[in-house]
Amino acid sequence: MSTSLDRRVALRDPTARLERMMEIREFEGRVKDLFFEGVVSGTTHLCEGQEAVSVGLAATLRPTDHVTCTYRGHGVALALGCEPSAVLGEIMGRTVGLVGGVGGSMHLSERAVGLMPTFAIVGGGIPVAVGAGLSCQVLGGDDVAVAVFGDGATNIGAFHESLNLAAVWKLPVVFVVENNLYGEYSPIASTTAVTDLAVRAGSYAMPAETVDGQVVDDVAAAVRRAVERARGGDGPTLLEMKTYRYSGHSRADTGPYRPDGELEAWQGRDPIALYADALVAAGTVTAGEVDALRSAVTERIDEVVAEVRQAPEPDPSAMFGHIHA
Amino acid sequence: MTKLRMNQAVSAALADAMREDPAVVVIGEDVAVPGGVFKATDGLLAEFGVGRVRDTPISEMGFLGAAVGAAATGLRPVVEIMFGEFLGVALDQLVTEAAKLRYLSAGQYGVPLTVRASVGAGLGFGAQHSQCLETWFYATPGLKVAVASGPQTAYGLLRAAVRDDDPVVVLEPRRLYGGRAEVVTGDDGIIALGSAEVRTAGDDVTLVALGGTVPVAQEAADGAGWGAEVVDLRTLVPWDVATVLDSVRRTGRLVVVEEGPFSGGWGTEIAARVASELFGELRAPVHRVTSPDVPVPYAKPLETRYVPTVEYVREQVGELIETGRTPRPWWSREGAHR
Ligand SMILES: Cc1ncc(C[n+]2csc(CCOP(=O)(O)OP(=O)(O)O)c2C)c(N)n1
Ligand SMILES: [Mg+2]
Repeated sequence: MSTSLDRRVALRDPTARLERMMEIREFEGRVKDLFFEGVVSGTTHLCEGQEAVSVGLAATLRPTDHVTCTYRGHGVALALGCEPSAVLGEIMGRTVGLVGGVGGSMHLSERAVGLMPTFAIVGGGIPVAVGAGLSCQVLGGDDVAVAVFGDGATNIGAFHESLNLAAVWKLPVVFVVENNLYGEYSPIASTTAVTDLAVRAGSYAMPAETVDGQVVDDVAAAVRRAVERARGGDGPTLLEMKTYRYSGHSRADTGPYRPDGELEAWQGRDPIALYADALVAAGTVTAGEVDALRSAVTERIDEVVAEVRQAPEPDPSAMFGHIHA
Repeated sequence: MTKLRMNQAVSAALADAMREDPAVVVIGEDVAVPGGVFKATDGLLAEFGVGRVRDTPISEMGFLGAAVGAAATGLRPVVEIMFGEFLGVALDQLVTEAAKLRYLSAGQYGVPLTVRASVGAGLGFGAQHSQCLETWFYATPGLKVAVASGPQTAYGLLRAAVRDDDPVVVLEPRRLYGGRAEVVTGDDGIIALGSAEVRTAGDDVTLVALGGTVPVAQEAADGAGWGAEVVDLRTLVPWDVATVLDSVRRTGRLVVVEEGPFSGGWGTEIAARVASELFGELRAPVHRVTSPDVPVPYAKPLETRYVPTVEYVREQVGELIETGRTPRPWWSREGAHR
């Protein structure tokens, strides 16, 4: 049986990157269905449309690097290598979940792939990544820390304090902002004084890049440059990924606040389609192989859903675990 | 009287407060155009405009702090904090600034600020979006704390909070937003801060509940073989000592029903006071029915168990009355707790 680590290492291969993006897309579609079916309780924040950011990032990091991420974390977890059954198990509150079902959709974690418990408080994970960077610096070695968060999170104090702290301490941290143009129901222009969030690094004398977040290899290349700086002792970088979430913010939200045609325009630059086309053009795969890949992913996720539906729910005693060491 | 859901009762209270006083402004994330994530500020933008109903960036410290300053200088802001937990990033402004401004200015500056926040478990939102959090505020002199238990209290306590000249935290149990009931609006619907409500009469026990546990305690009492006075505390700071003491004097037994960890819960304050004042008059030890000392778990069967249920309250109260001794909580009976 393959492990989470194998799934992670596989991403060096372009076809595996394509497949993983397809897996995330398929997975999120199922989570949505299961939510409406009532077997996923609470809330979900899907990342359909943002798959290239998750996969480009994971393709570049080592399992010993540390990642903090948000409630919109299914894609990052799957990209980093977490097994789909463990991620879905957590979302459905089953014992097979990443943390046994006590966390839920917003709280995914697997240390073997470097995923710290995802944060449901906006901005919560940003200073924690700075601290992980401090560990890397003080303990030696050249591991790095990565904080993944949304555009809306750049308006919270923790973002600014964290960038400054990482800059003055020259920590090996990469700040990755997924600029999907909305924070909940608010368009970025109504809440944020700048449109290009990369400029915010300027206040902290920190290098930054604006990246096309729909192109997985562009994401990977930008992350590689930032990670190399960090590993080399040259300090933090802010990467702004321009991307878009196809679904609404959470749960039943369909995004009625979005202007007509915006979603369709972004779907015209779909990260999976773009990459499939690029790989076909380069002769890496054939169109037929792309279709076969998609069917295989669908089949696998079908199996995962069937498996997790059968998985047991935790016993009440499970809530008492892991409160103290 | 109109039948309103609790979130509609909140909107109605805000609208009435804004009509009454042009200094009242509403500030929060997605409160204006979308009318609030819980639809508790619906319709305000249309009636009062962007000047008085403001959407904010995700900057709780910034906009709550701004509300403190605005309150101190002429406005009467009502801030919505979508989930109580988000107060964590703004706590300084509330407990260390707002709560002390009057004291530190020798009364020259008051802070007529209302902070509304949703609280509580039951909706599957996980450990960071399901806590009750009264205890973050109740030991801070300078703050007042009220907790809604349904549409009427949501309306009445909020109206009183907005009129109050000091900072008031009004907590709204999020699983109750959808519940409907008749609501008296206008001046008659206002509920003075510091007044509890005795909801039912009964001889055997006083059940003191707050917010989300009020309907639970009520239902537990309704079908039970014993008679209870169910007291909705409604305000935690200041709390209605006289009403609670009167009731327990009549019944001889006190059970506080709390959602939240056993250790350090608000009920410790009630229990200690009653035990001390009514020493010698009690027929049973004061008792607290609470959640266990754990973060709120996600999986449905766990979350359901976490919040005191009707059956659990009934069982605990029944045993207390029958044996005269403190019943052990479910987690210690089942050996789940180390
Ligand atoms: C401190 C805090 N405030 C508010 C929220 C509620 N909330 C959850 S997600 C969200 C929007 C975040 O937008 P963004 O950072 O752009 O990330 P996205 O959801 O678009 O990925 C808000 C306001 C929260 N979880 N934490
Ligand atoms: Mg966003």
